[in-house]
Amino acid sequence: MSSFFDRLFGRTPPPSARTAKERLQLVLIHDRTDLSPAILETLKDEIIAVISRHVDIDREGVEINLTQSQRENRLVANIPLLDAPSGGRKRRK
Amino acid sequence: MPGKVVTITSGKGGVGKTTATANIAVALAAAGAKVVCIDGDIGLRNLDVVMGLENRIVYDLVDVVEGRARLKQAMIRDKRLPDLSLIPAAQTRDKAAVSPSDMIRVCNDLRPDFDWILIDSPAGIERGFRNSIAPADQVLIVTNPEVSAVRDADRVIGLIEAEEKGPGYLVLNRVKIELVKRGDMLSTEDVLDILAIPLLGVIPEDEGILVSTNRGSPAAMDDKNRAGQAFRNIARRLKGEDVPFMPLEDNKNFLQKLAERFTKAG
Repeated sequence: MSSFFDRLFGRTPPPSARTAKERLQLVLIHDRTDLSPAILETLKDEIIAVISRHVDIDREGVEINLTQSQRENRLVANIPLLDAPSGGRKRRK
Repeated sequence: MPGKVVTITSGKGGVGKTTATANIAVALAAAGAKVVCIDGDIGLRNLDVVMGLENRIVYDLVDVVEGRARLKQAMIRDKRLPDLSLIPAAQTRDKAAVSPSDMIRVCNDLRPDFDWILIDSPAGIERGFRNSIAPADQVLIVTNPEVSAVRDADRVIGLIEAEEKGPGYLVLNRVKIELVKRGDMLSTEDVLDILAIPLLGVIPEDEGILVSTNRGSPAAMDDKNRAGQAFRNIARRLKGEDVPFMPLEDNKNFLQKLAERFTKAG
């Protein structure tokens, strides 16, 4: 039934093998590094807090992800910095 | 040249370790090598029955380890392929009866007389698994293109790398090419992306495997069986030959496929 509505609204689910692969890649990073999704959330908040103490950041734009390539796992943090409020050039926004 | 110990393991149960061990052993022996298989699954023996040698068991691995029998007494020579032998597991004992150093000792005793020593590891990552990888020169990781099998394979790869027995060599078993094409089964490339270990072989799903187990006659003995052919290719790659991977499409020709389409639509 839900697949009828999916088609009605133009949403077809991706082929299941693709879903399987994405799920596996994510679960394996957690398995291999012993970094559970819950700990990862806490880690993200702490990283944002620490960096914010030293420099202004755009919290909305923060991306912290786990990636996997070959058998190497990485925590990748992408943190947009804001110009200082005093001095410097005005932020274009 | 002393024999090479190859352990076949997987993590997940039921993915085809025993089938792979039996068939690779047959393929190697049929090509002229002296091969002995060891069933590492103490308490749940299966390699004997898959190889069709279940009626010939007198002594087993635990008898040897505990000194009740010599290696040669426990060894069963396959009458169809005299260069192929089996050392069966004990059926009424548990895995604590054998230790990793016992396995290393047994394999060292076998090395002078055999080219290949294949160990069929039990499922899991406990004692039986550790026993089976202890003497290994090379480890094969058997898995299926399926989420839990691949997850368990990944764990095992991590464990063998930690023991400095890596990298594992991947045997991807029970691939259904039609499902892969439909996007409902992980492809070989998907599994390689995820596990990132070298590929030793891909075995198509094949009803002939069930038949061969029913008869106790491994499919690698049958020239016409496609899974058997894939196992024969694996045996050649183990020996260092560069064998191209066979296409996994089934052999039906165009007219047969067309006929099927009409009968299904009707």
